[in-house]
Amino acid sequence: MYVWIWRHLPGPLLARLLQALLLLLAVAGVLLFVVFPWVEPQLPWNQVTVGGG
Amino acid sequence: MTESATTPAAGLAERIRWYARGLGQLLITMGVVVLLFCGYELWITGLYTRQQQHELGKGLDRTWAQAPPASPRRPTPLPYVVGKGIARIWFPTLGKGAHYVVVEGVGTDDLKKGPGHYPTSARIGAIGNVVISGHRTTYLAPFNRVDELHAGDPIVLETQSFWYTYTVTSESVVQPTAIEVTYPVPGHLGSRPTQRLLTLTTCNPKYSARTRLIVHATLTAPLAKGSGVVPAALDQVLKG
Repeated sequence: MYVWIWRHLPGPLLARLLQALLLLLAVAGVLLFVVFPWVEPQLPWNQVTVGGG
Repeated sequence: MTESATTPAAGLAERIRWYARGLGQLLITMGVVVLLFCGYELWITGLYTRQQQHELGKGLDRTWAQAPPASPRRPTPLPYVVGKGIARIWFPTLGKGAHYVVVEGVGTDDLKKGPGHYPTSARIGAIGNVVISGHRTTYLAPFNRVDELHAGDPIVLETQSFWYTYTVTSESVVQPTAIEVTYPVPGHLGSRPTQRLLTLTTCNPKYSARTRLIVHATLTAPLAKGSGVVPAALDQVLKG
């Protein structure tokens, strides 16, 4: 997967590195701002109230 | 001859290697994502709460400065608005930084901002049971160390006009369904309260939510604000 992506990035080495970094940041951003906030309420360790209130 | 003989076997080996590598990369990626999630839960959520606490604190100070101060004779209770700050909670025995703005409401979004006051529980300082819930490990973990409170330790709640010093009476671990701890008289549904109590709830053990940690306290020293008086319990925290 990573090899495939690396092969398909255009340009010289430096440009590829930069693009790889941007892709990484984009994935991290989606995880932090979309996926994790959605997943979190489904997990139990943030339940601090009693009686489900 | 040799070429046609080795090609299917080599092709199969190549294929297996391709799948194995893909699986390996997938597992490593999943591991990294899980680690990132842990970091998010433990630290990044705290950044959000820190910023929210700052905002709530500013809003609270503004509200307190604008509204006419309540007096014992003419109490002008400020309305508790869900999602807004209503008081400050101080844990003098847990260090100087151990104070948070208490938000009204115990919904998921309210608790992300700070410790939350059950809207159906008593008003702060009033007769009955003031119930406040807070996160133990995430979102700045305001109640992270409440297990270190002992009987006799002070918990101070600051409102517009009063410092209410509550004294810890007991600590217990209960089932998540134990709603009786929030009753006006804890454990006795329908009883008429005569005492001024404070109950803190948080998840227990840390990093889990199997049970709830409950801290009960009782009001020992209400003190009207003004001319720089602070409760004895906060003396060192504020001046030292």
